[in-house]
Amino acid sequence: MSTKVYAGTEVTVNDEGFFTEPGSWRAEMAPEIARESGIGELTDRHWQVLEFVRAEYTDKGTGPTVRALGKTSGVPVKELYQLFPKGPAKLAARIAGIPKPRGCI
Amino acid sequence: MTKRIVILGGGTGGTLSANRLRRELGEGAHITVVDRDDQHVYQPGLLFVPFGMADAEDLVRSRPGQLAEGIGFHCGEIERVDIDGDRVHLADGTVLGYDVLVVATGARLMPEETEGLTGPGWRHRVDTFYDLDGAMGLESALAAFDGGRLVVNVIDLPIKCPVAPLEFCFLADWYFTELGIRDKVRLTYATPLDGAFTKPVASRTLAGLLEAKGIELVTEFNTGEIDGAGNRLVSFDGRELEFDLAVVVPLHGGASYVDRSPGLGDEFGFIRTDEHTLQSKVRDNIFVIGDAASVPTSKAGSVTHFEGEVLVRNVIRFLEGNPLDAAFDGHTNCFIESGFGKAMLIDFNYDTEPLPGRYPGAAGLPLLKESHLNHLGKLMFSWLYWHSLLPGRDLPGISSAMPRAGKQFPAATESQGV
Repeated sequence: MSTKVYAGTEVTVNDEGFFTEPGSWRAEMAPEIARESGIGELTDRHWQVLEFVRAEYTDKGTGPTVRALGKTSGVPVKELYQLFPKGPAKLAARIAGIPKPRGCI
Repeated sequence: MTKRIVILGGGTGGTLSANRLRRELGEGAHITVVDRDDQHVYQPGLLFVPFGMADAEDLVRSRPGQLAEGIGFHCGEIERVDIDGDRVHLADGTVLGYDVLVVATGARLMPEETEGLTGPGWRHRVDTFYDLDGAMGLESALAAFDGGRLVVNVIDLPIKCPVAPLEFCFLADWYFTELGIRDKVRLTYATPLDGAFTKPVASRTLAGLLEAKGIELVTEFNTGEIDGAGNRLVSFDGRELEFDLAVVVPLHGGASYVDRSPGLGDEFGFIRTDEHTLQSKVRDNIFVIGDAASVPTSKAGSVTHFEGEVLVRNVIRFLEGNPLDAAFDGHTNCFIESGFGKAMLIDFNYDTEPLPGRYPGAAGLPLLKESHLNHLGKLMFSWLYWHSLLPGRDLPGISSAMPRAGKQFPAATESQGV
């Protein structure tokens, strides 16, 4: 556990940088978290994924996997990897301020 | 009035539910099991076929042959379920109305969902041991393999029996060692996970075992394409793995009729289900057992067996108008073949990850540790499957809920959760 300051507000994150309290996330924080994760400008396509990820978390209590994103977010898996290289599900969850997706067991 | 219970699927979950329900309800319920064929495959045996340790024909038995007298069996393709009309439509025109529906149609392999997987080389240089044809094909492929790189690749989760691909690696190491050509074979395990397994303690143990056996572990490899002509796997982030033989676990989804049944399944064709009661979140009179359910535990026969008791209790409570029992704890138990006549055993549930110790109690089989005894346990399991599990009997000394006794829990400050 540690704290970070995004958009002028202090928030708690876990060792991997995921928000521990998704309620403290605000959209203004996303560009800063994205830069930290090595992603430049957030485009409309990025935002389409981020908003989808937030909605899924609210609905189901966990973020979607890459495969679920590819099927349901309207952004195909190949493009997801262009938008969020090295792991769209994890990166999108981190930037969208939700916990690491539970994935499957 | 006699209640009508329709059970979709005559595999592990459907068969053991039918037999347990019949025993509890007798003539008080009319039970019909539907399946599209009469081939009940003992799926844990598929792993052994490529290595000549099991014969494919010994793994298959009749479906109705496993059902108690008085249970109906209907052989036919399911067209769709009408969840508002409480009816199942079959392709042959039959319509089955139900008071309770039990969905037990498992998971389906979807190799066509991955680019190139069913292209050049499929069923030759690229194959899977997750079905009978593939397991038999790999027996020939391994027999003809005289050296080169063998890559075992899991495309993405969820898959049935998540330890099976690791077991394949361990058995391949043993197989090539016995043949005296282990030094000519490069073994690689490529997984989309960030470690050898999903749960931390077991993941470290299994990674150690891979390393000790000289099996290369490639993590976070999300296969985007299988280039059968070029003999390489390509990940979505552009990494490549060359192979001479690729053993692939294809993507899994639910049975295809789920997609044709409005409102029944999720985006993968699995059914949203309460993880403790096993009642679906779709309709109160639909229950789900085994791989067909979207619950946060492994898709494995042991889970299905442990679910059976709770599912049957809750179907009966539902029919009687009583509140359901939220008793299923996610209990999972897997033997992991590690080669050279040894196996490990893991035992866990929703809250407790696989830990070292002994199962089912302090004097039991060693957990998370290789032993000959565990290998014998795995072999004996086939007999128990046909003679105890499917008839729906409880195994002596083995409870549906995960035992805590015998396990070495970490210090209290550490999290035990996922």
